[in-house]
Amino acid sequence: MKRVYPDKDYCIGCHICELACLTAHSKSKDLILAYTVERGSEGLSSCKRVHEGGPTCVALSCRHCDEPACVAACISGALQKDSETGRTTYDREKCVGCWSCLMACPFGAIARHPLENKIVKCDLCADRPGGPACVAACPNQALKQEER
Amino acid sequence: MSGTKRKAHEDAMTYVIIGNGVASIGAIEGIRRHDQKGKIVVIGAEDAAAYGRPLISYLLAGKIGVNQLALRGDEYYAKNNVELKLGTTVTGIDTAKKAVTTDKGDTIAFDRLLIATGGIPFIPPIPGVQGEDIYSFTTLAHAQTLIELSAKIKRAVVIGGGLIGLKAAESLHDRGVAVTILELAPRILSAGFDEKAGALAANRLKNVGIQVNCGVTAKEIQRDEKGRVKGVLLTDGRFLETEVVVVAIGVVPHSAIAKDAGIKVERGIMVDEKLMTSAKDVYAAGDVAQAMDQLSGEHRVVPIWPNAYNQGYASGRNMAGAKEPYQGGLPMNSISFYGLPTISVGVVNPPEGDETFEVVAILDEAKETYRKLVFRDEKLVGYVLVGDIDKAGMFTAFIKFEMALGADAKDKLINAGPEVFLWPEKLFDETWNPAPAKAAR
Ligand SMILES: Cc1cc2nc3c(=O)[nH]c(=O)nc-3n(C[C@H](O)[C@H](O)[C@H](O)COP(=O)(O)OP(=O)(O)OC[C@H]3O[C@@H](n4cnc5c(N)ncnc54)[C@H](O)[C@@H]3O)c2cc1C
Ligand code: SF4
Ligand code: SF4
Repeated sequence: MKRVYPDKDYCIGCHICELACLTAHSKSKDLILAYTVERGSEGLSSCKRVHEGGPTCVALSCRHCDEPACVAACISGALQKDSETGRTTYDREKCVGCWSCLMACPFGAIARHPLENKIVKCDLCADRPGGPACVAACPNQALKQEER
Repeated sequence: MSGTKRKAHEDAMTYVIIGNGVASIGAIEGIRRHDQKGKIVVIGAEDAAAYGRPLISYLLAGKIGVNQLALRGDEYYAKNNVELKLGTTVTGIDTAKKAVTTDKGDTIAFDRLLIATGGIPFIPPIPGVQGEDIYSFTTLAHAQTLIELSAKIKRAVVIGGGLIGLKAAESLHDRGVAVTILELAPRILSAGFDEKAGALAANRLKNVGIQVNCGVTAKEIQRDEKGRVKGVLLTDGRFLETEVVVVAIGVVPHSAIAKDAGIKVERGIMVDEKLMTSAKDVYAAGDVAQAMDQLSGEHRVVPIWPNAYNQGYASGRNMAGAKEPYQGGLPMNSISFYGLPTISVGVVNPPEGDETFEVVAILDEAKETYRKLVFRDEKLVGYVLVGDIDKAGMFTAFIKFEMALGADAKDKLINAGPEVFLWPEKLFDETWNPAPAKAAR
């Protein structure tokens, strides 16, 4: 499957990918509204997170692992592996907010939703025609979506 | 040619799985990863398709409905070409003839067998424990019984302050029942958590009105002349009036059918690195298995959900011929107590006086946060987080990938928290940004 691969040699920590993620997962699909309104009212948050270590930066999110630790740990079946698309899918309705996945994922790719007992995790912009918004938004091609 | 070439339908393997819990789901997914054609037969004693067993406490608490329990979608078994026999118990295994018999009188042949029969509640020999008004809390049926019961009773005593006992207590409390917990150990959650984390959790429970008694247990369950439970006499001499007792001390491996079949059983069914038992082509996984532990290298029974799935998965792929060993289990638990999240992973209570371990712990009682890191040989081998759990997964990485820490990295891990830049370059590249041919999955 095509995954999103981050390249720390090109990342400048500009956080544009986070903003693109925020917008793509917002109701309004508008950057300003997503940032100024929905972040507060809906607890909208980015699935992507820029990590900084001195001068080095890298933007990380769910790897959609082949054999995901989060799926093994999920007590409700909210997290599953889609054998056709290869995606690690999340069903918000099923999730009970037990944080087992957050504990089990060794890639730190799962966050608690700020307002509800739900999680936030990359869905590879499943419903977005152009594919992941972060990849499209990165000005440096530090995020690549490809088959490896 | 016709004499040497087997017909297509003879090539297909028959996998039989006993039990329909999460280990079984893991096995189905592990088999199907490598074998699309083989026939899979799942035989489960319970009536429901695989459900989130831990969710029975959410059901009892009234937080979710029965329709939210199923672990996979409606089409799951059909889509994976699994023949599901529910409400059916396997009564015997013949390892020589490679067949199992069921209580329905059927005999089912297998090429590969997985025993994923889970655990059964342990009932200690307390006087008065046999008879009416004593309940367990490990199945959907138990939860449904307790839901009906909770409308009729005022008080309940829960014996056992481990995960299952606390969850039962919390859920009954949410149904308006006055609950008292008895825990023989000096603290609750003694297995997976330490003293301070246990105390923070116990405080939350006490604050909502659940009575928590540690260092004490039931000496006798007393009954009236009709045989109904009157109350519990405690080891410290007190008497607690109650109408029901929930025994939730833990589960023991449900290994009787394996033992009867001559398969090697110690505490649980012994399995090798492929999850195969002492009988050829017979595998075991989940709460019933005594499998390898990643950190100690020893074989242990660790009855937790992620291990059950992972063992099921590893047994599945090995039954299907993939020859990929099980990476070993890692104890881990995530439990919340009325909004206070707690997570513990790996070795959290190193043996007292063992100087090969180093412990760094920070407690903030006012904020209700606690962080404990356990190191051995310059590696992180365990941690406990209470309250602030957001970096749990990143801590888990250091244990799971057994990353060697230099003094500097260890210092940063302790003071600034886990960061991906503390990972060895090679691991980072292999997992996050692999060269096209080497993509680690
Ligand atoms: C209330 C509760 C809360 C829990 N919460 C957590 C949690 O938060 N995190 C965590 O990690 N773990 C938790 N656990 C433990 C977790 O549920 C188990 O580790 C896990 O379910 C084990 O899965 P399994 O597939 O090995 O066995 P099980 O889930 O026990 O399934 C085994 C199945 O096999 C069936 N069976 C047995 N014998 C036969 C036979 N002879 N023929 C046919 N079928 C048979 C049984 O009826 C059962 O349905 C909890 C458990 C309980 C009870
Ligand atoms: S959440 Fe973590 S374990 Fe699950 S698929 Fe994503 S990176 Fe892998
Ligand atoms: S928090 Fe939700 S998605 Fe994560 S393990 Fe629990 S139920 Fe599954």
